Amino acid sequence: MSPVFDNIDLFVDGFLTSLRIILYALAGALPLGVLIAACRVSPIPPLRAFGTFWVTTFRNTPLTVVLVFCAFGLPELGINRSFFAFGVLGLVLYTSAFVCEAVRSGINSVPAGQAEAARSIGLNFTQGLRFVVLPQALRTVVPPLGSVLIAMMKNSAVVGAFGVGGDLWSTGQRLTSALGYETLPIFVGGVAVGYLVITLTSGALLQVLERKVAIAR
Amino acid sequence: MTSRPNGEPLVRLSGVNKWFGELHVLQDIDLEIGRGEVVVVIGPSGSGKSTLCRAINRLEPIDKGEITIDGALLPEEGKELARLRADVGMVFQSFNLFAHKTVLENVSLGPVKVRKKSKGEAESRARELLERVGVASQADKYPAQLSGGQQQRVAIARALAMEPKVMLFDEPTSALDPEMINEVLDVMVGLAKDGMTMVVVTHEMGFARRAANRVVFMDGGRVVETAEPETFFTSPTSDRAKDFLSKILTH
Repeated sequence: MSPVFDNIDLFVDGFLTSLRIILYALAGALPLGVLIAACRVSPIPPLRAFGTFWVTTFRNTPLTVVLVFCAFGLPELGINRSFFAFGVLGLVLYTSAFVCEAVRSGINSVPAGQAEAARSIGLNFTQGLRFVVLPQALRTVVPPLGSVLIAMMKNSAVVGAFGVGGDLWSTGQRLTSALGYETLPIFVGGVAVGYLVITLTSGALLQVLERKVAIAR
Repeated sequence: MTSRPNGEPLVRLSGVNKWFGELHVLQDIDLEIGRGEVVVVIGPSGSGKSTLCRAINRLEPIDKGEITIDGALLPEEGKELARLRADVGMVFQSFNLFAHKTVLENVSLGPVKVRKKSKGEAESRARELLERVGVASQADKYPAQLSGGQQQRVAIARALAMEPKVMLFDEPTSALDPEMINEVLDVMVGLAKDGMTMVVVTHEMGFARRAANRVVFMDGGRVVETAEPETFFTSPTSDRAKDFLSKILTH
């Protein structure tokens, strides 16, 4: 384990960078995914078409391709940001498609009568979704959404490898290829442990959340 | 209860047609419902009576014809439609109370979000209405903790909270255990006595006799016969209505 402890500063930095990517991506992908889901179930056909287009595009494109598009395509269009911002953006776009579908499965699990009752008392579509349907969808949405978000956390490694650098994955890369440490101790003892800290904690939080929304009945 | 209300009809359906694919569920329906009038719609299952009821607040869009409420044509979608629905109370067969909200929240949600009343005002009004339908003591419970009859009475209070011009009841007692039917019907009879305009899809002949001004008999997507309750039940004119009544009244 000493290769890890010898470089603990680098690992802590890497961990924090990974965490930053993840938190930004979370803050972007969650609301965006819910918004796209609202489009997909909306009564307005152009919005539905837009939602379907969005999901089809980003769910069926490899994350690396989305990242290439953000980092090299957007500058062509005159948009210039740091690699970090482009990396996070790519992860947000990609993940939002999966968040959307998880949320939509939750929306579909709420009996149609709930939305009809909401409309019958004069709530408009957005109000019905916000006050009646989504709060009930949350119950069924936590487990699939949890899987999507944990996949996103692990995908932050792809963003790190993609020129952002300084995250857990890139730190492992640097220590093994540039500084000549042995691969296994670094990746198993350091990189994997770092990701596990994030994903296992998230898993535990999701379980607490699941229990909480389940009782609220 | 058989005096005919006067004046402009509150709800008017003219030439209403609707298809579910090949199935012609509403065929050339013409129907007028006056202010304060209580109309009971009966008929065999599949006759289109629920669809008719749901068409009045556009939960089912129609394919042809016109529906007006208080002189205004039913809007197609969006804000206008939401505003109209606020004026049309709806009570469903399966209650459809908001499962994640307490009884009190169920009744006050509409007044707060749609009528923009303050929370306090909406809640005190909600408590009055819950009192009126006899479930005031259940205000802080969730719908799943109530019996079917209590849930349906809360659903009636929720609709009343919007101060609707007309109330639609889509088989309000069909999902209830027999001993709970009367507690719901009593509330509905009370509403009728207070002058509420009501369209009630039901098989409850007792309610029709006690509270209705008119019975509309539907079959195969058409209005086959319209009559005062006593006349309809004792001497129906159409063969289809005679046949239907002989089947349900023999027990």
